[in-house]
Amino acid sequence: MPKMRKPKLAVWKFASCDGCQLTLLDCERDLLTIAGEIRIAYFPEASRTFLPGPYDLSLVEGSITTPHDEERIHKVRRRSKIVVAIGACATSGGIQALRNFDDVRRFTRAVYPRPEWIQTLKKSTPVADHIQVDYELKGCPIQKTQLLEVITALLAGRKPCIPTYSVCVECKRRGNVCVTVARGVPCLGPVTQAGCGAICPSYDRGCYGCFGPKETPNTASLTHMWRAALGVEKVDILRAFRGFNANADAFRKESETHER
Amino acid sequence: MKGDKTIKVDVLARVEGEGGLFVKIKGGQVESVQFRIFEPPRFFEALLCGRCHAEAPDITARICGICPIAYMTSSSQAMESAFGARLTGPLRELRRLIYCGEWIESHGLHIYMLHAPDFLGCADAIELAGIQPEMVKRGLRLKAVGNRIVTLLGGREIHPVNFKVGGFYRVPGRRELLALTEDLEWARDAAYDTVRWVAGFDFPVFEQDYEFVSMHHPDEYAVLEGRLVSSEGLDIPLEAFEAHFREEQAAHSTALHAAVKARGPYMVGPMARFNLNFDQLPPMARRAAEEAGCVPPCRNPFKSIVVRAIEVLCACETALDIVAGYDPPPSPAIDFEPHSATAYGCSEAPRGICWHRYALDEEGVIRSVRIVPPTSQNQGVVERDLRRLVERYADLPEDRLTWLCEQAIRNYDPCISCSCHVVQTS
Repeated sequence: MPKMRKPKLAVWKFASCDGCQLTLLDCERDLLTIAGEIRIAYFPEASRTFLPGPYDLSLVEGSITTPHDEERIHKVRRRSKIVVAIGACATSGGIQALRNFDDVRRFTRAVYPRPEWIQTLKKSTPVADHIQVDYELKGCPIQKTQLLEVITALLAGRKPCIPTYSVCVECKRRGNVCVTVARGVPCLGPVTQAGCGAICPSYDRGCYGCFGPKETPNTASLTHMWRAALGVEKVDILRAFRGFNANADAFRKESETHER
Repeated sequence: MKGDKTIKVDVLARVEGEGGLFVKIKGGQVESVQFRIFEPPRFFEALLCGRCHAEAPDITARICGICPIAYMTSSSQAMESAFGARLTGPLRELRRLIYCGEWIESHGLHIYMLHAPDFLGCADAIELAGIQPEMVKRGLRLKAVGNRIVTLLGGREIHPVNFKVGGFYRVPGRRELLALTEDLEWARDAAYDTVRWVAGFDFPVFEQDYEFVSMHHPDEYAVLEGRLVSSEGLDIPLEAFEAHFREEQAAHSTALHAAVKARGPYMVGPMARFNLNFDQLPPMARRAAEEAGCVPPCRNPFKSIVVRAIEVLCACETALDIVAGYDPPPSPAIDFEPHSATAYGCSEAPRGICWHRYALDEEGVIRSVRIVPPTSQNQGVVERDLRRLVERYADLPEDRLTWLCEQAIRNYDPCISCSCHVVQTS
């Protein structure tokens, strides 16, 4: 194999909790191996060395919520060959996208005594609403092995192998008893993308959708069942879909039908 | 002109979240100091309104990916104490145990990956691994043990799913917990070695006066609960926080600044806890502290790295005790009836007290919220440290002084993402 230049990695933060980039540092066993294969060129949370671009791979955490960030995300795009949006904030707008359903001025007044000093956009939006994104990795937070797969695949020039089926498949694989069927617990598993390993049902609770909608989710059928068979109140359906991926298309649309 | 200098760091490295630093020196005098925070506001206090009390732990966890347990604990405990469902026995022990996991993970990350590189002149832990590979490997493994505890009890290391108002969704069996023993024994010894390692670093001479604020519990090194106490004699219940502390919005940049109403800026976090609760450290942690020559009053913020290592050891010892004495509770959670109430909760996040207040209506729906995260409380002392440091070391070459200032901020392990109600710089 020819000796190759180490690819340069950059990690960028927008409105977020830091958890998704922490996932990279949480790869404790593999971290030094990764650092041996990749040049960590820009990752402020980990290093005070900032190498200039262009970067081979940029991981972007967080949603776009301010005029300044609206511009900054374009700079990231210009300096990067591959851009990957990581986590619910970057792929759907995150929990802070709840403002999209409300009046952001009311929000600002609720938190700050001097709201006029705050600069913020009306909506919290995913990275792909602003620039072309090469790949989106879902999850609140993202999952470690999926992150490593995405980095490895994209740097090798292939498509990452990330399933788009539902959490139900993971439950079956783990041999979990279905929390909805057996105990009548509302669970977003049937409409949520796999990836977490079905942890909520494994811990005796319903999935709360932190990986966002799966490919072609039938949310209407699920909520019909919740209402008819489980007697779930409208307000609780609304809350279930207004979570960490409230602004993801399928979840947003479903929540809007329960608003009245 | 001679004596004029500007220290400016646009993007502060090795801290969680987005912050910067700006110091202006004119004619040898420090003219202005700003620890700038430009983390975009995320409005948690507003978006929690109208949500069910049961959703508070999962939603507030998202304030911070580094210390979700702190938010989940403070919010759960607020609801539990308002609804008369305080956890006791094994349920309480499990909460303490998962919190120990977060301390080990968060402190381990800070000591080895964020702070130690400063003392050894490295840009990051990767560079440090080039000269002291065994140390970095030990740090990563220590951090992994913390994460293993959080994952076992919570389902995953970041934003665990097993926190519930009233307890847990599922509790582990005795054997599941005992499986942690071997890892924890290794971690305890590694933590002891960590104390010795970091105590050998060179520390800038920088003794300062602070008002330390932490929780205090009669029977244990306070983490989950207790009264709020300070080195100036404050001793109040959680509910009285707002009567004694204020938060102000500063125009120049930053998060809401906190202060003791009667006196001014104060420090929360490892050094505050250590100085106020030293007598309650478990035996090995106490011995390690004494051997390291680090005993109260510890007033040099650069030594916070030693205190953090002592607290990791404390967390390992506590965790081992809990694991050894664990008998599963009869039920994973206790029942309660929601009613209208004002709910107060507080716990010792790795970076200091994380205080919450919720107004709940008769159905247990959240109507108003106030959250005071640790980092915004330390904001005032961070800026004061910077000012005094620059005054003292003004003759250092600019690059060295800049690095020293960065290091001084990292003394506090600031978690800028945490400062959920944070002001946008303009």
